[in-house]
Amino acid sequence: MKRLEDTLVAVFGSDATRDENINPVTCCVPAQRFAEAAGILKESSAFLCAQWTTDDTLADSHGGFSVYACFREGAQYLIVKSALSHDNPAFPSLTKHYLPAYRFERQIWSLMGVTPVGHPDSRPWIKFEDWRKDAWPLRKSFDAAKPMPRVAGQYLWLRAEGEGVYEIPVGPVHAGIIEPGHFRFQAVGETILNLEERLGYVHKGIEKRFESMSWLSAVKLAGRVSGDTTVAHSMAYSMALESMTFCHVPQRAQWLRALFLERERIANHLGDIGAICNDAAFSFMLYQCSRLKEIMLATNHKLFGHRFIMDRVVPGGVTVDIDDNAKNEIRSELDFIEKNFDKLVAIYEESSSLEDRVRNTGILSPELARQLCTVGVVARGSGLSVDCRVDNPCPPYDSLAVEAAALTSGDVHARVWVRVVEIRSSIRLIRDILNAIPASGIAGQCNGVSPDSTGFAAVEGWRGEIIYWLHAGHKGEINRCMIRDPSSVNWLALEYAIKGNIVPDFPLCNKSFNQSYSGHDL
Amino acid sequence: MIRILRQIFRTGIVTDRTSHIDDPRIKVVGINLDASSKKCLRRSMTVRQVDAGSCNGCELEIHAMNNPVYDCERLGIHFSASPRFADVLLVTGPAAINMEIALRRTYDAVPAPKIVIAVGDCACNGGIFGETYASLGGIDKVIPVNVYIPGCPPTPSDIFNGFYKIFL
Ligand code: SF4
Repeated sequence: MKRLEDTLVAVFGSDATRDENINPVTCCVPAQRFAEAAGILKESSAFLCAQWTTDDTLADSHGGFSVYACFREGAQYLIVKSALSHDNPAFPSLTKHYLPAYRFERQIWSLMGVTPVGHPDSRPWIKFEDWRKDAWPLRKSFDAAKPMPRVAGQYLWLRAEGEGVYEIPVGPVHAGIIEPGHFRFQAVGETILNLEERLGYVHKGIEKRFESMSWLSAVKLAGRVSGDTTVAHSMAYSMALESMTFCHVPQRAQWLRALFLERERIANHLGDIGAICNDAAFSFMLYQCSRLKEIMLATNHKLFGHRFIMDRVVPGGVTVDIDDNAKNEIRSELDFIEKNFDKLVAIYEESSSLEDRVRNTGILSPELARQLCTVGVVARGSGLSVDCRVDNPCPPYDSLAVEAAALTSGDVHARVWVRVVEIRSSIRLIRDILNAIPASGIAGQCNGVSPDSTGFAAVEGWRGEIIYWLHAGHKGEINRCMIRDPSSVNWLALEYAIKGNIVPDFPLCNKSFNQSYSGHDL
Repeated sequence: MIRILRQIFRTGIVTDRTSHIDDPRIKVVGINLDASSKKCLRRSMTVRQVDAGSCNGCELEIHAMNNPVYDCERLGIHFSASPRFADVLLVTGPAAINMEIALRRTYDAVPAPKIVIAVGDCACNGGIFGETYASLGGIDKVIPVNVYIPGCPPTPSDIFNGFYKIFL
C-alpha cells in the first residue's frame, strides 16, 4: 500500500517537507495549500481524525501559529502541518473535503482565534455567546487564572419554517443522571426534521490546564478528561509521553494496562446495554446489567484500589500489580459474568417488543459513517472496521487475537450488538492476558522531555479511538496537549442518524451512541 | 417471558446491607431542620441531580446508587426528573462557567428547604480543574452548599453517608 506521505509528496513536490523522525510522519505544507493537501488525502480514502492549532509564541522563532490535521488510513497516521503568521492567522478550511472539519474548525476559531477561511458557519463552538469575542483561551497571551467577564450576546439557532413545524428545546439540565448539553429539535408531528446540538456546557479549560502542569502530574488530569474512560485516557496520555521520551515500559505493565482497558470496556458496555434497553422500557435489562457492572467495579476496588481504576496507569507503567489470587478472583468473576450475560443476550434476542424499538431506529448509513469519519462502536455498527487494537496494535495486542466487531445495519440494534460482541471478546482477551502475562517490573523510568519535541498516541477506549498529541515548548514544558476523544467526531453523527426518526426515539438513539460531553467539551 | 422470570428468581435479592457511618470527612453546614422534617425526609426524599461540569466519574457512582446492590429507593431516596419536586439538589463537578446560569436556575426552581449536596472533590473545591477562566471552582461559588462529600469520585457508600448526615 502506498504511504500517505508519498502520495502527498508526489503531487506537492518540494512544497511538502516531511519529517520522518517524528511519530507519526509529519508533512509541512504552505498554508495556502493546506486544504488542497486534505483533498489529495481524501482521494486516497484517508479519514480526518483531528484538526488543531498551536500558539508557537513561546516555542520557536517564527512566533506565529501552526495548524495541524491528522489523517488515518488503515494502520497509518499522517499529520499535515502549516505555519501561520502571527498577525493574521488563517488557513483554508477543510470543510469542502471533510465533514468533521466543521466542528474542529469552529472550535479552532473559538478557542485559538485562528480563522478557517471559507468555513460556512462562523458561530462559536464551546465558547458561549457571553464570552468576550477576543477571549481565545488557548493563546499564550490569555491568562487562564483570571476570571472571565461576561458580555451580552445571543446564539443564533438554525430555524425551520412552514406549516406545522415546531421546536423542542431540551437541556442543558436533562431529566436523568447525565451530563449537560442542549438539543434543539425541529419536528412536524412526531417526525424529527432536524436536530441541532449545542455542547460546551462542561468546558473546564482542560487543554489549557495541561499547559500549567508538569508532564508527570498531568496524567491525573488526563484520567479525568472523561471519568468513564479514565484508563484509556491516562493510557493514551502516558503512551504519547513515553513516545517522546523514548521511555521503556516493562512488558508486564503493558499487559496490565490492557487488562484494565478491557475491564473498563466490559463494565461500560454492560452499563450501556442496560441503559439502552431501559430507554426502550425494558428495565429488567438495566437492573441485571447494572448488577453485573457493579460486580466488576467491586472487584476493581478490591484488587486495584479504585472502582474505575483511576490513576493506576502512569507514564512508564502502572502502579498496581496482580498476584495469583487476584488472577483466580478475576477468572471466577468473569465466569459468573459470562454465564449471566449469555442468558441476558438470549432474552434480548427473543424479546420482540424490544426488537421492534431497536431495529431500523436511528440508522447511520455506512456511507455517512465514512464521510463523518466516525470511530469506535458507532463506526463498527455502520460497517467501518476501525479499531486501534487491530489496525495499530500496541503490545500486548500484537500477540493477542482481537476480534473487531462489524455490523452494517447502523441502527440502534447494531450498536447494541457491537457491544455484545465486544464484551464477549474482551472476556476472552482478559483470560488470555491472565494466562500469558509475563513476569517483570511494572514501572519504567521516563526521561526528561527535550525541547520542541512532540508525542502522539492512539488508544482504543471503549467508545473508540482516543488520540493525544503532545508538544513541548523550548524549555521542555507542556506547550500544547491536544486531546481527541471519540465524542469529538461521533456527536455530529448523532445529528445525522436521528433525522426522520420520531421524537420519542431520541433518548434511545442518544443512549446507543452514548458519547461523552466532558470528553468533547474539554 | 419465562426466561425473564427465571433469571429474576435465579438472581434473587442482591442488595447489600449498607451500614451508615458518621463519616468525619463529610462536612455539613447550615442545615436547620426540625425533628418532624427530618423524620419526614428520612422516609422519603426526592433528589434532583445536576452536573455542573463533572468528568462523568461522579455521575457513574450516582448511577450506581440506583443499581440493585445499593438500591437507594429502599432508603427512601428517589431521583426526580424535575427540580420542582426536589428536596435535595445533588451537584457534581466544578462549577463550569458555561453551566453557571443553568445551575442557578435549577437551584431557584427547587422548593424549600433546598438542601444542596456537593458530590466529589470537584464539587467541593474545584478539584483538579481548580479555579480558571472556565471553572469557577467549587459549587459553593455559585449556590449555597449544605453537605460536602469529598472523593474522586466518592463511592456510593460515601454518598449514602452524606445523605445520612442530613438526619443526624
Ligand atoms: S471528583 Fe473526580 S470523578 Fe468527580 S467530577 Fe471531579 S474529577 Fe470527576
